[in-house]
Amino acid sequence: MTAEAIVNLLKTRFPEVIRGASLEGCHPHVVVDASHWPAVARFLRDEPQLGFNLLRCISGVDCLEDRELAAVYDLYSARRGATPDANWIAPHEFAVTVRVPRDAPRIPSVADVWPAADWHEREAYDLLGIVFENHPDSIDDVDGPHPRRILCPDDWAGHPLRKDYEFPLEYHGIPAVTEYGQTRPQH
Amino acid sequence: MSWIENRFEEGLIVTSLDWAINWGRSSSIWPMTFGLACCAIEMMAVGASRFDIDRFGAGAFRATPRQSDLMIVAGTVTYKMASRVKRLYHQMPEPKYVMAMGACTIGGGPYFKHGYHVVKGVDLVVPVDVYVPGCPPRPEALLEGIMRLQDKIKHQSIARDRWRGVKEAALT
Amino acid sequence: MSIVADTLLESRPDVLTDLDREAIEQGDVRTEEMLVNMGPQHPSTHGVLRIVLRTDGEMVLEAIPHIGYLHRCAEKIGENLAPYQYIPYTDRMDYLAGMNNNLAFALAVERLTGLEVSKRAQIIRVIFAELNRIASHLVSMGAYGLDMGAFTPFLYAFREREYILDLFESACGARLTYSYITIGGVTDDVPERFIDICREFLDYFEPKIAEYNNLLSYNHIFVKRTANVGVISAGDALAYGLTGPCLRGSGVKWDLRKVHPDCGYEEYEFDVPVGRGLKGTMGDCWDRYFVRICEMEQSVRILRQALRRLEGTPGEVRNKAGKTVKLPSDAVYYEIENPRGQLGFYVVGDGSTIPYRVKARGPSFCNLSITNAVVKDCLLADVPAIVGSIDVVMGEVDR
Repeated sequence: MTAEAIVNLLKTRFPEVIRGASLEGCHPHVVVDASHWPAVARFLRDEPQLGFNLLRCISGVDCLEDRELAAVYDLYSARRGATPDANWIAPHEFAVTVRVPRDAPRIPSVADVWPAADWHEREAYDLLGIVFENHPDSIDDVDGPHPRRILCPDDWAGHPLRKDYEFPLEYHGIPAVTEYGQTRPQH
Repeated sequence: MSWIENRFEEGLIVTSLDWAINWGRSSSIWPMTFGLACCAIEMMAVGASRFDIDRFGAGAFRATPRQSDLMIVAGTVTYKMASRVKRLYHQMPEPKYVMAMGACTIGGGPYFKHGYHVVKGVDLVVPVDVYVPGCPPRPEALLEGIMRLQDKIKHQSIARDRWRGVKEAALT
Repeated sequence: MSIVADTLLESRPDVLTDLDREAIEQGDVRTEEMLVNMGPQHPSTHGVLRIVLRTDGEMVLEAIPHIGYLHRCAEKIGENLAPYQYIPYTDRMDYLAGMNNNLAFALAVERLTGLEVSKRAQIIRVIFAELNRIASHLVSMGAYGLDMGAFTPFLYAFREREYILDLFESACGARLTYSYITIGGVTDDVPERFIDICREFLDYFEPKIAEYNNLLSYNHIFVKRTANVGVISAGDALAYGLTGPCLRGSGVKWDLRKVHPDCGYEEYEFDVPVGRGLKGTMGDCWDRYFVRICEMEQSVRILRQALRRLEGTPGEVRNKAGKTVKLPSDAVYYEIENPRGQLGFYVVGDGSTIPYRVKARGPSFCNLSITNAVVKDCLLADVPAIVGSIDVVMGEVDR
């Protein structure tokens, strides 16, 4: 199925949640409203025509100019070949983008649809600060409920891949030299 | 051998004993199995067939810091890892040596500029005896580092505290 | 009440006497839960992986992997360097398969910019990608043997790997971090006599695979420790986004070189080995291990065809435009089949020479996320067997 056909199918099934689509270029994708995303995700996985059962990646992007954060979900549909010994095939691949405002970045988690999303969502929270609601590995602290950090330590400040991130000057007493001009502190 | 170190006066002749002890220490440096990143693969290559670190008596890789003499910090040290590196160092018995292998451990290496999570040199965390540059260093370079460490050990004396001066500086 | 007593009550009520029952109900037969911290410095976690195990006696109730001890900010660096300068950083992600990583990033950028790559460069890329696949699987096999208590296969594997590294060294001068495959082709043509030496290596290497099988794969102790351990069903594997040998070990014949061929892989003849449950259940640790051994055989097959093709294809190997490539305002997500699974790069351009966003999807990252689901209710001694069979490289998990 081509990307255009998938977008048309989604538009007829969910007329009000598709906020846009981009079919030109190297990365055809559809932009979905955040609040309805789990329903769309379930449809993408369970609809026999589509059957997107392999979540490849969730990439977070900080769109600083639009004051938005985006999560890009890349999907594959993996199907058994005609005979048991045949190679599996991928009838279609597709991508979904969910865009949320930068000051309140909340996207419902899809870890119950694709368990693979669990760690990807934790990473997107860690590095970009996108809060995935109802994530299976959430903690509740001063920032409200959010997924647990995965790469940075739990007490890390800020989200490093945001475009306005400020580098730390030290961490637990270990100095951080971030520019060449700085003199190296002695230990 | 801390029971003997620092117990003699400066001029006392302990040369032969020194020689014997240093010979023993330098020809049985047991490193710790402590691979952090890419350099660990070259460290494994040094331990394997072609380069064979066993020729220097340093092939007995120990899985626990409590049995090892040498910590080869092979790979990038991150802030999350730094406290663990320090703890492992403190778990090693004296005399202990640290080798910084690769550009990342020496000074952040390729991750110096934009690496918000990379410690800019393991010497900010633990004291280092030998630096082996390279990204990653070739196995020959690591063997050279072992030889330099052996040279260093051969110049030790039991009459002298290895850490004299360092400890006082750390206290002030 | 403890899990052991529970299991006994449920599964073997016939072996319990009334006294036993009473003892269990009063809580006399009781074990305590214990937290065991495995790593980040542990000989069989393949780097700086830390797993916190909640155990009851010998049973593992829960295994929570903690990663990030090697988080080297590769994605932040990607946003600050031109693609051509970023190639060396891709080497250091999956440091056992540097060539494949270079290839994935180069292909993503070429796709985004529409850069042409010559036929000869594509064949050279296939040769080096497959050689690196063999080298990577050799380390994986040797290290897995070490985890299972067999030291000798490690020495054998590294002996053969050194020959491959010699070939790489002759082409690009580096042993581990190559930066050889670059945007617009490869940095330089293969040296003189490369094809002959590579053929010599293949002739030497091919019989060795049978030797590894006799030494390790069919070794009784090894089979006992890996067969029927850590079974992953095909459905679970797909749901958790497993790729590469971990997915194929579960019987899913999915290989991007067949599904979505690049670099002319569609012209080569090779099979996709899958796990068949030869020694136990389909999808167990032994199957995942054996898929890698079979893949080495297939790589040798591809290499022989590619070498023949290279002889008959003269031409340039590098498109000079790759050095100063300008990225359009568009995005691309491109994946290739790495030795460990699908390595993907998501590159967003904004019209300048520096990407707006670079995201790497490490196959080990996704493969590792299944750990808790598999390790649960296994024995403590099986944990190294399962983690080893997933074959993680932490540089790629943490990036």
